[in-house]
Amino acid sequence: MRYLHLVVTTLTGLLLIMGSLGMPATGDPDSPPSSHVSPRYIEQGYKETAVPNMVTFVLADYRSFDTLGEVTVIFTGAMAVLLILRGARSEAEE
Amino acid sequence: MKPGERDIIIRTVCRLLVPFVQLFGLYVIMHGHSSPGGGFQGGAIIASSFILLAMGGGYDEVKRRFSLGALTATTSAGVLLYAGLGVVCLMLGANYLDYAALPVSDARSVGMLLIEIAVGITVTAAIISIFHDLVTFE
Repeated sequence: MRYLHLVVTTLTGLLLIMGSLGMPATGDPDSPPSSHVSPRYIEQGYKETAVPNMVTFVLADYRSFDTLGEVTVIFTGAMAVLLILRGARSEAEE
Repeated sequence: MKPGERDIIIRTVCRLLVPFVQLFGLYVIMHGHSSPGGGFQGGAIIASSFILLAMGGGYDEVKRRFSLGALTATTSAGVLLYAGLGVVCLMLGANYLDYAALPVSDARSVGMLLIEIAVGITVTAAIISIFHDLVTFE
């Protein structure tokens, strides 16, 4: 039982390394990330949005739902800290 | 010098730096769509200026300048502004968060700017709020 953690960790690590060996080469133009929507963003993004910053128009326009989720995560984080720390204090005062 | 009291050099330098840090934060938010930057980065810069002020002059002095209710309301207001802009687009007959429907020129650019501002408001208020909770927790 003591060695179970070691075995599980080693197996997971080996699996991840095997997975990373199958990754496409960095900057490969035929890799899936650069062959589906990326050319469309690069070619049409500035014409459609009039925003020169590619990172911003992908994050804030094409992937706007994703950014809304990110903002909600930050909001939830602040609310969780507020509830845990301020809530603990008001309990201690009682 | 009493314990907990900062040296006058540290206090003065922190106070002098804060307006410039905040101006730079606003610049990063407002120019997020034309140069590297955006709401997340700019909001973090503005919030860090308050943390710098707290490090320089003590947190009690900073805390007097804002109320906790307003801080929580501002955190929510940014998210509301973001989601509300999406609803405005719905009202104008387009898809949710499709800024092209906004009745201004370069509508998608303007929509992105509004979103960066909303993100900046939320990030600023959230970081200050978390900082407050951690500092005053006993």
